[in-house]
Amino acid sequence: MNPLSQKSRPDPILTKDFDEPRLQELETYRRLGGYEGLKKALASGREKLMAEIGKSNLRGLGGAGFATAMKWSTVPSEEKNPGPRFVVVNCDESEPGCFKDRVLVTKNPHQLIEGLLIAAYAIDARHAFIFIRGEYEVQYKILEKALAEAKAAGLLGACSIELMRGAGAYISGLDTALLETMEGKKAWPRQPPPFPTVAGLMGRPTVVNNVETLSMLPHIVENGGDWFAKLGTPKSGGTVLFSVSGHVEKPGVYEFPMGVPLREILAAAGGVKGGKKLKAVIPGGVSTPVLTADELDTVMDFEGPRAKGSFLGAGGVIVLDETTDMVMVAHNIERFLTHESCGQCTPCRQGSFWHERILARGLEGGGTAQDLATLERVGENITGKVICALGDTVGVVTRALMKKFPEDFKAKFHD
Amino acid sequence: MTKKVTFTLDGKALEAREGQTVLEAATDAGIMIPHYCWHRSLGNPGNCRMCLVEVEGTPKPQVSCRLPAREGLVVKSLSPAAKRAQTSALELHLVDHPLDCPVCDQSGECGLQDYYMGIGRYVSVLREDKAHAKKRQVLGPHIVLDQERCILCTRCTRFVAQISKSHELGIFGRGHNEAVDLVPGRTLDNPYSGNLADICPVGALTDRDFRFQVRVWYLDETESICPGCSRGCPISAHTSTQRPWHNKGRRLARLKPRVLDWLCDEGRYGFSDFDSDRLGRLTAPLSEVRSALQTHRDDLAVVASGSLSNEDWKAFKSLFVDKLKVKRFLFTPEPDQVGSEDELLRRREKVPNLEGGRALGFGTEIKSLTWESLGQDIAGGRVRSLYVVDRDPAKVLGEKLLHKLELLIYQGPRMGKTGGLARYRLPATDWLEENGHFTNFQGKIQEYRQALKPLGDARPDWKIFADLEAGL
Repeated sequence: MNPLSQKSRPDPILTKDFDEPRLQELETYRRLGGYEGLKKALASGREKLMAEIGKSNLRGLGGAGFATAMKWSTVPSEEKNPGPRFVVVNCDESEPGCFKDRVLVTKNPHQLIEGLLIAAYAIDARHAFIFIRGEYEVQYKILEKALAEAKAAGLLGACSIELMRGAGAYISGLDTALLETMEGKKAWPRQPPPFPTVAGLMGRPTVVNNVETLSMLPHIVENGGDWFAKLGTPKSGGTVLFSVSGHVEKPGVYEFPMGVPLREILAAAGGVKGGKKLKAVIPGGVSTPVLTADELDTVMDFEGPRAKGSFLGAGGVIVLDETTDMVMVAHNIERFLTHESCGQCTPCRQGSFWHERILARGLEGGGTAQDLATLERVGENITGKVICALGDTVGVVTRALMKKFPEDFKAKFHD
Repeated sequence: MTKKVTFTLDGKALEAREGQTVLEAATDAGIMIPHYCWHRSLGNPGNCRMCLVEVEGTPKPQVSCRLPAREGLVVKSLSPAAKRAQTSALELHLVDHPLDCPVCDQSGECGLQDYYMGIGRYVSVLREDKAHAKKRQVLGPHIVLDQERCILCTRCTRFVAQISKSHELGIFGRGHNEAVDLVPGRTLDNPYSGNLADICPVGALTDRDFRFQVRVWYLDETESICPGCSRGCPISAHTSTQRPWHNKGRRLARLKPRVLDWLCDEGRYGFSDFDSDRLGRLTAPLSEVRSALQTHRDDLAVVASGSLSNEDWKAFKSLFVDKLKVKRFLFTPEPDQVGSEDELLRRREKVPNLEGGRALGFGTEIKSLTWESLGQDIAGGRVRSLYVVDRDPAKVLGEKLLHKLELLIYQGPRMGKTGGLARYRLPATDWLEENGHFTNFQGKIQEYRQALKPLGDARPDWKIFADLEAGL
């Protein structure tokens, strides 16, 4: 069934033990070599650890793709800024189309905890937090249990790990909004500078990393940075998880090395559902611009989709078949963004709502040719003039759909 | 001394303190870059996105309220790209704005109108219905909220958090459902609540006292000093005399802070009834008053306090101390003129110019009676005549006691209780009807200017004193 040859697909890293029963338990995890990476990291010392992570080309897998070692290195030294510093795990996975963090936590919570402890050691943080979205209740309980086990086994050492649950805002998945939420405030993104690594939680240096990024750390430490870097492309090391959903035969989470062609991901997921023709693929969750069926050769690392005007994002691959109306897709996404816009800055708050209303009118049969010009102009005016990435998305997503599928829009918006 | 840096704004070299934002430095230099959320005393959240400027070497436009000025920085606020960014932000501010300018009090001094005429002037392509929200919600004794007009700049929530520290307002909801509202169970009732109408850049928060009274373009502005307490805040008196048939002829429309950012509610609303209870005509020729004073110069007590200007105090001294050699004075304000104070602006003494009198020795070398001892003196017959300057002894001592007096002269702008009992009433101007100076509690001498014509026979206090003295 799977047309993908096993040869081109090296051993997975994060998902390799997923078939192991009772992997959530500490005993199983340790039997499979768990927490050896942490031991090795502690033994090797901070500088060597940082050097290995640097060599690995590990990049933030929450969507931004910022080099992890670079991020850590911007945390001011103890002499420059004495006092506590924090590591925060961003497990507020809310991007429609993304569900890899959920799987990672459900299947292998200790892998995350181990990675978190390595990161905490690397920046000398004594307090770490796991911020998990409120809807992930099962995962919260799994993490709670795993943390208790790890603590009882004395694995946390001097580090304390606290679990925090979100209250349901998509925007909390953005690092600075997440920190605001943790401080008990409204999830309104901050405007760097200063960046969280300089002044984050409670104004202290804070590293915010995604679940997937941190889960990679034990493996990098065990096998070396060079090994990890070699798995991927020159600029993005290792593997990456893709959450494949939409019109495919086998939706689910797939692990591939960085730089895999989009075509292979689609093939691994069993191709388009019901043998229909492919129309489009959203490569990284709804906030990334759409790719057409002709762009299936896009290389999926942080650079590949960018060349096509899109982003790898958090690897939420949404497959759309020939029956999909792209105006409906645009409306669906804008409705989501309108609902989730935090409301802090005006272009996003009003722009998303305006987009949604125009698109809704088009779907109801009231669209005019001028509406397309308005969408184009307003969308362009929002992008790059807002506080955070959500606002940028408002303009970018609809404009990409309009550019790549003009017929769909002309059918709904004409005089 | 902070380091100075020079940067370029629209081709003009500007100086700024190091770390100062471009927007603030431009404002200091008198160049206005459009903005709503930034306020010098309330910070720069950067949420209105109006102050976008083009910065050389940066691909995206930057908000100038968060852009630190640095040496050699080249900023363009008038370039086509910057203008487009500002106009698009304005357009988005106006998407759900009700555009009810004809019935909005802010009309004429509204940020949305100003920038639309300045940088907007586009033809609207909006075809959607406007979103609706709560209207004319009374927040407290002084302020009404219209959520539909609100642009969520958060100036008001920052004010109640940082300045009044009373935390009555918050932003509730999310996204386009977001709205400023009262924190459940609270009312907007703090000593500085009136400032919210000032800092609101649009018509969302309006002043209940000023609401629907007069359109702002009919107002005249005069620089003045608030007579509400011994702080002497610089204010701007907005008077409405062009259309007396409106608003029951009310002449003083509102007071606004000047120089300082804030004004307390006591000062702002303390003079709303400026023209009520006024003394009209002179009740007797001055010669009659003079001879009465001559007769009673030995049993005369004079009550005056800090509502006199420095000019008035001088003439007062010349008449009562130098000429009539009066021994009994009372300079203490009525007990109800001593109120609450705080660290921001408000002072305990609710009269403006005790200090001006003190500089001439009133209350220091020239001792003051107390209200109690004055009462005893009247009861004991030691004081048989009383000259009252804009104070209200009847309120403190009771009318019955004042009936024992053989002579009661009252001089002041308003009747009060005492004015009604006086044999001679000398109508005086109130502070908005004269030029003068007040000395505040720090010894700062500040000028206030005439904003209104005197009512009836009213004349400045110093003129009345001088005229009385001239004929003695």
